[in-house]
Amino acid sequence: MQTHQYDVVIVGAGGAGMRAALESSTRARTAVLSKLYPTRSHTGAAQGGMCAALGNVEEDNWEWHTFDTVKGGDYLVDQDAAEVMAKEAIDAVLDLEHMGLPFNRTPDGKIDQRRFGGHTRNHGEAAVRRACYAADRTGHMILQTLYQQCVKQDVAFFNEVYALDLLLTHDLMAGDVPADEEVKVAGVVAHDLATGELHVFRAKSVILATGGAGKIYKTTSNAHTLTGDGMALAYRKGIPLEDMEFFQFHPTGLAGLGILLSEAARGEGGILRNSEGERFMERYAPTIKDLAPRDMVARAMANEVREGRGCGPNKDYVLLDLTHLEPAHIDAKLPDITEFARTYLGVEPYTEPVPVYPTAHYAMGGVPTTIRGEVLRTNTAVVGGLYAAGEVACVSVHGANRLGTNSLLDINVFGKRAGIAAAEYSAAAELPELPESPGAAVTALLDRVLGGDGTEKVAVLRRELQEAMDAGAQVFRTAESLEATLATIGSLKERYASVAVQDKGKQFNTDLLEAVELGFLLDLAEVVVVGALAREESRGGHFREDFPARDDARFLQHTMAYLRQAPDGGTQVELGAKPVTITRYQPMERKY
Amino acid sequence: MSTEIAPETGSAEQAPGGAPVREPQAAAVASGRGERPDDGSFDVTLRIRRYLPEKDATAYWEEFTVRANRTDRLLDALHTVKWEIDGSLTFRRSCAHGICGSDAMRINGRNRLACKALLKDLDPAKPITVEPIKGLPVVKDLVVDMEPFFASYREVMPFLITGGNTPSAERRQSPEDRARYDDTTKCILCAACTSSCPVFWNDGQYFGPAAIVNAHRFIFDSRDEGGAQRLEILNDKEGVWRCRTIFNCTEACPRGIEVTKAIQEVKRAMITRAF
Ligand SMILES: Cc1cc2nc3c(=O)[nH]c(=O)nc-3n(C[C@H](O)[C@H](O)[C@H](O)COP(=O)(O)OP(=O)(O)OC[C@H]3O[C@@H](n4cnc5c(N)ncnc54)[C@H](O)[C@@H]3O)c2cc1C
Ligand code: SF4
Ligand code: FES
Repeated sequence: MQTHQYDVVIVGAGGAGMRAALESSTRARTAVLSKLYPTRSHTGAAQGGMCAALGNVEEDNWEWHTFDTVKGGDYLVDQDAAEVMAKEAIDAVLDLEHMGLPFNRTPDGKIDQRRFGGHTRNHGEAAVRRACYAADRTGHMILQTLYQQCVKQDVAFFNEVYALDLLLTHDLMAGDVPADEEVKVAGVVAHDLATGELHVFRAKSVILATGGAGKIYKTTSNAHTLTGDGMALAYRKGIPLEDMEFFQFHPTGLAGLGILLSEAARGEGGILRNSEGERFMERYAPTIKDLAPRDMVARAMANEVREGRGCGPNKDYVLLDLTHLEPAHIDAKLPDITEFARTYLGVEPYTEPVPVYPTAHYAMGGVPTTIRGEVLRTNTAVVGGLYAAGEVACVSVHGANRLGTNSLLDINVFGKRAGIAAAEYSAAAELPELPESPGAAVTALLDRVLGGDGTEKVAVLRRELQEAMDAGAQVFRTAESLEATLATIGSLKERYASVAVQDKGKQFNTDLLEAVELGFLLDLAEVVVVGALAREESRGGHFREDFPARDDARFLQHTMAYLRQAPDGGTQVELGAKPVTITRYQPMERKY
Repeated sequence: MSTEIAPETGSAEQAPGGAPVREPQAAAVASGRGERPDDGSFDVTLRIRRYLPEKDATAYWEEFTVRANRTDRLLDALHTVKWEIDGSLTFRRSCAHGICGSDAMRINGRNRLACKALLKDLDPAKPITVEPIKGLPVVKDLVVDMEPFFASYREVMPFLITGGNTPSAERRQSPEDRARYDDTTKCILCAACTSSCPVFWNDGQYFGPAAIVNAHRFIFDSRDEGGAQRLEILNDKEGVWRCRTIFNCTEACPRGIEVTKAIQEVKRAMITRAF
């Protein structure tokens, strides 16, 4: 086992990780670990845009953007954080332009902007053009541009290296830490895919930037590799996870496949229709119709299907109609996603409507942080030196439902903040001592999976988990559906104890890593469902049919889920609450 | 730049012409799927070039037969093999819809992304051959060492170069100027082009089409001031002049980039110094 030493170690090389690296590598000795080559990260899949109130094409300002974010998140957003994000959005976009990002342009050469769901003028009057974009490959261009700048700055990457354990100075699972002791991060333990060797990275600061966890669901727009690693690593060390029951289902996944068709399709004029050809969103959101926030559109679609107005032989999807748009307009603004429809469903969007259905898309919850990116271990205490940014984190700027284009913004604003904060912290900090035998836990885990004579297969357990999550914890939820899913997760966790892999080799053993990732998924799915059961209300992306109303008296608060030792020697999820920060906007009913 | 923890380069030689080095291992068929219900599903046989460095001295072919659906792509079939038959089958993948660039492979002799290659379009009546992309060292099965590829990319200075102070607002760029380099911004660095190029197979030092595409992306960006430096680099003996205009790269590119045209434009810029 090799040991490395850095001031700052960043885990993840997507948008958040690389934006952090650009800041921290000029200030402190920095390493970036990524299980993928940086340009393979799922930020590259983002299509529609990144919002900022530039006001390039019509009047706009950051205060309207803050309001939309708060309202879009069904008032579970921490308003101080949303304000920071909306204000810093403008510089975040300009930074990217200065780095070379090829934004689409207005006739006079400024960055062009387009409409996106939930973004409005003057507190909901009408849709506003706030999303900056590069065709329908905005995320691709952000990922490429940040990587280009990392090449320029000679950032040190360790590619195809999996972080599998987070090292802290204290065992938080055991319970309370004496008030006079500071809990700090000491580094990470990582597995080098090429050789199978373990490496310990000692560091003064660690930034988690590992992205989302969409693979807890079967139908998802997320990559195979989005298994929530950073969330699970923190959670297993006793750090809480915040608001995990809030998962966004994006309305327009390609039916049956889950591959995303950006909301930009509706921003550019696309319309959703049911089997009767009706533009049904007129009934659900009379003012902004197809551009209502995602949770509302996804529920409306699921409801149309439930009430028998679905399309196709099984009446199990609705249609996204672009046929009234000029082909030239489609080619200029939506080339990639129309290509997806052609390649994967054989549908020609110029002339035929595209079959779509909601797809699991985005984790609003995650590792709780302050607006400086510091990771919280209680409602107020931070873990010294530990930061998180991007989809892995919960600041919380997205509350109960993220607005489209706010995530590419989030990764840039809070990636930058975390990079600066981590480097500054490291300048004043000592390198903490490593715990005894730092690699022991990971070695034990890998040896069990490799050496075990178990009979359970990774792919089977994963499929059963994903199907149970789709069945019980998707767009519509009830106590009954959630209980059933929780029971399945419980039995899958037992079976996971005797999971085995066929590949027993050391080099490039992806069979082994898939088994480890499944363990992360099982832990996170449990937190999602436990949180969803406890939240007996409907808010944003979390809709309980047995509690269809929002209940501010009981639930205008964040969920904090802790993994703690159980009396029987095992572990259990313990739920706590954290107040929502409300500054300017008192909760109101959410209508569009 | 990319810090190698312990440089690991596969030593497996790809047999020339794809001649089998070892007879196919017993072809496995996923159990319980013999029936052909009328749901549009079908059996497909994959003939895969395998190499497990800890077991095999050389590469060999192995056949697997799996059941597939009408909308399945080769990546789905590879997953069926890995998840149901042989967990040691190794390949890279992430996004599964042609945007991350992980899974370029040589499929029926042509470079493509496994996640974009629909089985029904690959003539599934015959075995589909799947090999690692050529010209880069094989690490394991379909996984190659990408480091030489990224090293060439880094050499062309693939980042915006500007002089003077950074303006406080955005730099202006007309839609026409923006359109000038649009095509080459689509690159996902999958290496399908470079590893389809006979010049690259014979001369691993050649920058290769992908590096030139990424140089093009900046040379023709009106905001960039590093064009002359990049042209200098590409004027090298391993640079653009090695291109024999064979067009394999353009055919291979899963993003539909007109790679050969981009290379021609760079060559022309070198002569005219107009860009
Ligand atoms: C199809 C799609 C379209 C989208 N479109 C938009 C849009 O138009 N606008 C918008 O605002 N948002 C959009 N989003 C959401 C947004 O793209 C993501 O939330 C955001 O890009 C996440 O960035 P990230 O840096 O947090 O994570 P990612 O880009 O996913 O990066 C995660 C990184 O962590 C690394 N990693 C993970 N686990 C480990 C580990 N154990 N060890 C080491 N490294 C690890 C990975 O290698 C990767 O580098 C979209 C999302 C999807 C799926
Ligand atoms: S030019 Fe095309 S084939 Fe070549 S690396 Fe880029 S995307 Fe792949
Ligand atoms: S898996 Fe991402 S391009 Fe194929």
